[in-house]
Amino acid sequence: MSSTMTSTKASLNGKVAVAQTPSSANPVGDFFQETIALTRRLFIQLQRRPSTLIAGIIQPLMWLILFGALFQNAPQGLFGDNVNYGQFLGAGVIVFTAFGGALNAGLPVMFDREFGFLNRLLVAPLSSRYSIVAASAIFITAMSLIQTAAIVAMSAFLGAGLPDALGLGLVALIVLLLVVGVTALSLGLAFSLPGHIELIAVIFVTNLPLLFASTALVPLAFMPIWLQWVATLNPLSYAIEPIRYIYLHDNWSLNSIVMQAPWGQVTLGTALLILLSFAAAVLLSIQPRLRRSLA
Amino acid sequence: MTPAVLIEKLQKRYGTVEAVKDVSFQIEPGEIFGLLGPNGAGKTTTLRCLCTLTEPDSGRIEVSGISVTEQPRLARQRLGYVAQEIALDKVLTGRELLQLQAALYHLPRAVISDRIESVLSLLGLQDYADKKTGTYSGGLKKRLDLAAGLLHQPDVLVLDEPTVGLDIESRLAVWDFLRRLREQGTTVLLTSHYLEEVDVLADRVAIIDQGVVIACGKPSELKDRVGGDRITLRIREFAPLEEAEKAKSLLQTIPTVQEVIINSSQGNSLNLVVSPQSDALLTVQKVLQEAGLPTFGIAQSRPSLDDVYLAATGRTLLDAEIAAAGTRDEKAERKKSMR
Repeated sequence: MSSTMTSTKASLNGKVAVAQTPSSANPVGDFFQETIALTRRLFIQLQRRPSTLIAGIIQPLMWLILFGALFQNAPQGLFGDNVNYGQFLGAGVIVFTAFGGALNAGLPVMFDREFGFLNRLLVAPLSSRYSIVAASAIFITAMSLIQTAAIVAMSAFLGAGLPDALGLGLVALIVLLLVVGVTALSLGLAFSLPGHIELIAVIFVTNLPLLFASTALVPLAFMPIWLQWVATLNPLSYAIEPIRYIYLHDNWSLNSIVMQAPWGQVTLGTALLILLSFAAAVLLSIQPRLRRSLA
Repeated sequence: MTPAVLIEKLQKRYGTVEAVKDVSFQIEPGEIFGLLGPNGAGKTTTLRCLCTLTEPDSGRIEVSGISVTEQPRLARQRLGYVAQEIALDKVLTGRELLQLQAALYHLPRAVISDRIESVLSLLGLQDYADKKTGTYSGGLKKRLDLAAGLLHQPDVLVLDEPTVGLDIESRLAVWDFLRRLREQGTTVLLTSHYLEEVDVLADRVAIIDQGVVIACGKPSELKDRVGGDRITLRIREFAPLEEAEKAKSLLQTIPTVQEVIINSSQGNSLNLVVSPQSDALLTVQKVLQEAGLPTFGIAQSRPSLDDVYLAATGRTLLDAEIAAAGTRDEKAERKKSMR
């Protein structure tokens, strides 16, 4: 598309400049330009206010150290053959940290809504207003991967071992799928709820219960049956169990059975499919809300 | 010539509240056009419809001949919107905000830094460009917001209450800046509930009240059309109502006095409409003196835009402001402005 529609008009400092109209540009290039600029803003914020990232790295490390120590004297073999609690816990902390970060993804958007900054974006001739959502998702994903890397490194240091390259790639993919789904959920909430107080309340009541009703801290077999049902309906478990399996077994494959749910066995492949469906379902379900706000 | 802005029979309702009932006006290219009215009259809603932030219920809105409802993206490129609340990211520097703005309007990369330099110097922001906006004063923030609105060289710059909350010096600087913009041919649409602002700046003005345009034209024409001179009389600093009523009935007998209104929001002062260039001022003082009534202050003037508003609505702009202050639901309004 090189047919440029340009019009000349006197620029503000008296020189003649070329004023561009949106029809002259290609929509894909425009989408990248605006998404990159919006993402850059979030990274500048992070760079100037690094406290969230620092806290986001320190917190899971504390989990690893303190929670690991809490169960240090648990009877051998309680969490599986030749598995100490530190090895068991790593997967839970990775997933829980990524989940917490993604759940908070909507907060900056909510503040932009409340302070009117979103209006600045909405009056601009964006190629697609989904660039606003895309920028948040890119940012949160990058944050989660940095945190995951820190947890993986710390776990290795604490003696939990390190999966091979392919295993690490799969861990990253699992984190990515969960983060996309949860980020979408949080952004959907950020456009539906009236203000940040309500959003924080929702985050607050979602965060810890979902952690305790998952296999992050204890194996499924420890739980009463009703909680096993809840935990196997919790998407977090479908991220935790595959990562844990990859950590504990060198010879993993997509057919490996990673979870013994009360209703049957779950393979690594199935878990991935369920995470993918979760992300897709959330993305689809927030479409109407986003379209109303961003159409 | 295609008008810079065309609004025809605009209507917008929020639930049971008819924010805009019937608004029509047209702005010629290169004009400064003022939308004057009390808070809650529908000014901001009109601007939000124009700038594609709110979908109108009915009516036609065009910018440089482009329909904002049919081709919103094209229209957005032609508009620069500076909202009343200054929404800057306090962590970004002024320059970074403008860089973001440039990308959102898809300016070609080659021109971005030149364009940013030119708006920075236009608004005298060079020394502050690389400081975080969180450190800016109110006046600086407004200037940066104006710079952001102008960066993509819009056909029409739309300003919602551009000087609310600014100190006098910053306000004068904004006025001066808008006049220079007009000299360069940019069309400006501004809303204000400051009479003075619209009077000194606007080439033409539409007065809006309760969602309806009640008068439209050049400020001087509108004032001439109301006719008569005005006398503002205060018997005492705060006169009791009976005394004001007594003075009113006395003054109504003077042949050159056409109308007397008691203004309760201003300590029961009396607003008189009198025949222009008459000796009404002297007669009024004489009548009061003979009746044994004191005079705290008295002044005669030509009609103001407030008198235009008064003639059309039966109340002054200040009264309307005060009346609206008690009935507005700020929370609901903030909510409706959130997307």
